[in-house]
Amino acid sequence: MGWQKQILRVNLTKGTCKSEPLNMEWAEKYLGERGLATKYLWENMSPKADPMGPDNVLIFATGPLTGTMSSTSGRYAVVTKGPLTGAIACSNSGGKFGAELKYAGYDLMIVEGRAPKPVYLLVQDDDVRLLPADGIWGTTVWHTEEWIKAQHQDPQIKVASIGVAGERGVRFACIVNDLHRAAGRSGVGAVMGSKNLKAVAARGTRGVRVKDPKRFMQAVNETKALLADNDGRRELTELGTNAMIDAMEEFGGLPTRNFQKVQFEGTPKIDPAAMWARKPDGHRNMVTNKACFGCTIACGRIAHIDQHHFTIVNRKEYWHASGGLEYETAYAFGPVVAVDDIDALTFAGYLMNEHGMDPISFGVTLAAAMELYEMGLITDKETDGVALNFGNPEALTVMAEKTGKYEGFGKVLGLGSKLLCEKYGHPELSMSVKGQEFAGYDSRALQGMGLGYATSNRGACHLKHDVFAEDMEDQTGKGKAKPCKDSQDRIAMIDSTGLCLFTTAAWGVDEFCKQIDAACEGDWTPERLVETGERIWNLERLFNLEAGFTRKDDDLPARLKTDPAPSGTAKGKVSEIDKMIPEYYKLRGWTPEGQPTNETLSRLGL
Amino acid sequence: MLKSLLIDPEKCTSCLQCEMACSLEHEGVFNPAKSRIKIFEFEHGARAIPYTCTQCAEAWCMHACPVEAITKNPATGAMEVSDAICVGCKVCTIACPFGTVNYNHDTGKVIKCDLCGGDPECAKACPTDAITYVDANWTGYERMKKWAVTTNAEASAG
Repeated sequence: MGWQKQILRVNLTKGTCKSEPLNMEWAEKYLGERGLATKYLWENMSPKADPMGPDNVLIFATGPLTGTMSSTSGRYAVVTKGPLTGAIACSNSGGKFGAELKYAGYDLMIVEGRAPKPVYLLVQDDDVRLLPADGIWGTTVWHTEEWIKAQHQDPQIKVASIGVAGERGVRFACIVNDLHRAAGRSGVGAVMGSKNLKAVAARGTRGVRVKDPKRFMQAVNETKALLADNDGRRELTELGTNAMIDAMEEFGGLPTRNFQKVQFEGTPKIDPAAMWARKPDGHRNMVTNKACFGCTIACGRIAHIDQHHFTIVNRKEYWHASGGLEYETAYAFGPVVAVDDIDALTFAGYLMNEHGMDPISFGVTLAAAMELYEMGLITDKETDGVALNFGNPEALTVMAEKTGKYEGFGKVLGLGSKLLCEKYGHPELSMSVKGQEFAGYDSRALQGMGLGYATSNRGACHLKHDVFAEDMEDQTGKGKAKPCKDSQDRIAMIDSTGLCLFTTAAWGVDEFCKQIDAACEGDWTPERLVETGERIWNLERLFNLEAGFTRKDDDLPARLKTDPAPSGTAKGKVSEIDKMIPEYYKLRGWTPEGQPTNETLSRLGL
Repeated sequence: MLKSLLIDPEKCTSCLQCEMACSLEHEGVFNPAKSRIKIFEFEHGARAIPYTCTQCAEAWCMHACPVEAITKNPATGAMEVSDAICVGCKVCTIACPFGTVNYNHDTGKVIKCDLCGGDPECAKACPTDAITYVDANWTGYERMKKWAVTTNAEASAG
């Protein structure tokens, strides 16, 4: 068990919602969540389909441990073809929506076609219906959640929805659930919008059972204790992920001013210490920390903006606490655009949640626009008089809102950095791989991270591999291919369990295995789990190759290969990506052109 | 010694481990929809507060029950529902001023916190000690202690 053994197929074109049995053969080969959704995507659509067309398929998937007492059991993944990249998109989220969808009785939900008119999907156990979205289309994520709960007189409904950004096809629009958690990357929200699907509202009362409850609870208690005693976990609880900003500043791996620099003088104004410091209104930025479903870490930040700050002084609707800065939001609204006003950063974060956008892609796209503006290629006329200079907090918050509402220059920013930079004749200024913008780690200081960015199946991403320890120890590209490949496979497996990657502060593959094996049928071993991860990685790769990606797409922008890091521990270094790629392909069992060999495919049962 | 659940909302992160532990103990399944303890969120999700039955000494639910299905367990002080006697009339759910007795449609009986017979699973599952199980006569002990230290100016100045 662990699995509900039932899935939901929603065809928006026909207006039908049907349940069908979970393919258990696939479940035992791909586990759940990311892996299982990738298999269903592969079997249900052509990778050549237009990501914004009705032939794209959008899958919401939980894992076998989602909704159990395993720590961090709230995860679900959204898998589809991403409009930002044209590659397979796989974004996962926490909050409470994923567990609720599973409690309704479904491991996975396949959304096909396009609704003739805007709709939202209600999933209440067996009662699954498409309903008109007239009352919420054109409104924010926050309004949509409130409206749906009121409409059904049920405050316990959990909602995943899109804002206007998703409706209007902003290429990095995301899907937000529970007000401030998001399946954030690759534009999965734009796919939902292209399908005229405003929201999914879930309410489940069926619960989740596991194969051997006694052995499972023993594994849960042991692994929870490991997390409780772990220093890395403690740091996440107390400081949040933004603890990383001080580490990256010191190391010189903090991308600044659209990657022209690797250290940011404003870091002390936006780091965890600044979040805890008293502000002029007597409050602190930090209010409290918050957990996702089942999570015993609680890295989430709840923050508050000074009521006198220019962003909200006349806007009472924002005088409440909400989701606060995490490392990637702090990076994308801070150093990369050179803004150091903590209230402006926090407000931009609110706007991302309210309107449903990926802060990383927004911030890095704005950074590219700022560089073009300072080169004189974007004019004040285009920006409605907003000075897009690096360091201007108003540029950050005004443009965040314009993009979220799809107004003025926000429409141009909504293209993402790749198309925006092409539009102004400088494609080299887009800090992205496969069209997806970089997270907050510079590839010149962290060489293994660069390899991970270049080879990630969803475009540049910091969450699909883990070479931190090796990168901090040695700043060359030597020996990075192996830990990169191994961690990619391991994380593909973790992303398929229903649990959060942050548990790896204290857990290795054995800890996941103990829980999976007690919860699910099949004799799961650590080796089988890692092989499952490798199978998933290769299937994602096959999807991308079929979609038209080649060897040349596994690369970094020229800036990181030719312009040396100007300061920090990697001063004078450039990325060694060209040396790392051949070694990586070889380890993967791929040809020098990046194609998995027949031998590799048959070894993995593909 | 009688013990009592003690709730400290400031420590709650809204992880719902307590709700899952409760449903596992009572229903054999992870299912917050069947939990006797609930976490409530306020202010845009910025505050989370656990709430469950406080086991009234003169319990409204017990007095309201027409078939005497609710009785006090002398060992734990918990008001317990006997499924064998309960007829599912729901009068207790109306009588309880706090809303902590609720009807379970699947079984046709009412459900409420029974302190798990004196070893509450919610308290054991809570990762932050927002829910603890302490001496029923001294639920204020830790809060008193926190304030007591502030009365000694010299000690706190150090």
